[in-house]
Amino acid sequence: MTVFHSILDTIGNTPIVDVSVLSPNPRVRILAKLEGQNPGGSVKDRIALSMIEQAEKDGRLVPGSILIEPSSGNTGIGLAMVCGQRGYHIKIVLPSNVTPERRQMLEAFGAEIIDSPGSEGSNGAVKLAKEFAEQHPEWVFLYQYANPANPQAHFEGTGPEILADVPDITHFIAGLGTSGTLIGVGSFLKKMKPDVQIWAVEPPSGEMVDGLRNLDDGYIPPIFTDNNGFELLDRKKVIGPRESLEATRRMVRECGVFAGISSGAIMAAAIKCAAEIDEGVIVTIVCDAGWKYLSTGAYSDDLDLVTERAKKVIYF
Amino acid sequence: MSDVIETTTAPTVSIRIPMILRPHVGGANKVAATGATLGALFADLTTRFPGIASQVLTADGTLHKFVNVYVNDDDVRYLGKLDAPIKAGDEVTILPAVAGGSI
Repeated sequence: MTVFHSILDTIGNTPIVDVSVLSPNPRVRILAKLEGQNPGGSVKDRIALSMIEQAEKDGRLVPGSILIEPSSGNTGIGLAMVCGQRGYHIKIVLPSNVTPERRQMLEAFGAEIIDSPGSEGSNGAVKLAKEFAEQHPEWVFLYQYANPANPQAHFEGTGPEILADVPDITHFIAGLGTSGTLIGVGSFLKKMKPDVQIWAVEPPSGEMVDGLRNLDDGYIPPIFTDNNGFELLDRKKVIGPRESLEATRRMVRECGVFAGISSGAIMAAAIKCAAEIDEGVIVTIVCDAGWKYLSTGAYSDDLDLVTERAKKVIYF
Repeated sequence: MSDVIETTTAPTVSIRIPMILRPHVGGANKVAATGATLGALFADLTTRFPGIASQVLTADGTLHKFVNVYVNDDDVRYLGKLDAPIKAGDEVTILPAVAGGSI
């Protein structure tokens, strides 16, 4: 087996596993790409490396640089891992209601954490990070929501990996956050195989939208609008915490895939898709594994109880 | 729902209103409206609650940029937008667009 020069060289080339046992339709296969196998534990390692390498090429990042980024965890962990290897200091603006495991992993990799109000969710973290970036122009703000190196990582990495492993793919389903995975993989697949359907999954925005004073406080990721996201996507589904948790548990118990809760949301949408279409091959993204959600009791506690708990934390 | 008079065979369904828009519908978190498409449903809604029109629709009658509308769990932007079909038993949800997901 290859000996890798650096942990960063182990990012990408993740395995795809057949989880068709979850498919309600015998003519539809469901496959899961296990992004939790990345060294920082999530799909976000890809964009962390890609955004940092691009900023280095552009001369924005130099030895001793300080970075600031809003993250509900995974991008922050990926960035902190890469920054640790490259000698940069990173400040992560983190909503206070993420799981303790996400916070501890950020600390483990050496990130400095700046709390943002949990009631404002990711929206609040983005707003606060933008304010800091304005006050401190000397800090490097990669801004994952608008950074072309984010979808590029998926256009050049994740997308080609999927098509190479699953040339008969008919549907690609992933979570919508920055939209980087959907835009990057989606654009690549549509370019190579225009008939492939691209489905997005998002969590309900829940109570956090109650904090909005004005509709114009709303937010659509620049990556999404810059890349004609509205034209690229074929469907977008909202999956609530209960359905997400049920599918997460099925993935673990029926397939042995220890997935995180957002991956359960994506799988719930894939199961609906399989029931709706006549035949096909669906590829889903398992964004991360379950380790960072154990404290929520997601895998073993009473489902009603965990559903209520999940409404109060950012699990997506 | 009983305050809506059925004049056609179009279904009457409930629309969930986000907190930010509740002042425009007398504070209600759910409002019933009738229509066979989302556009017809909104026409009914905005006739009775004119204040909400400029919040959910632009001057040229398209969906406001920062408004997401769902029929059950599907975003209507990918179901034909205002032409999205509505059937009995559907639940429509209006939500502001905000940053979310795994970041």
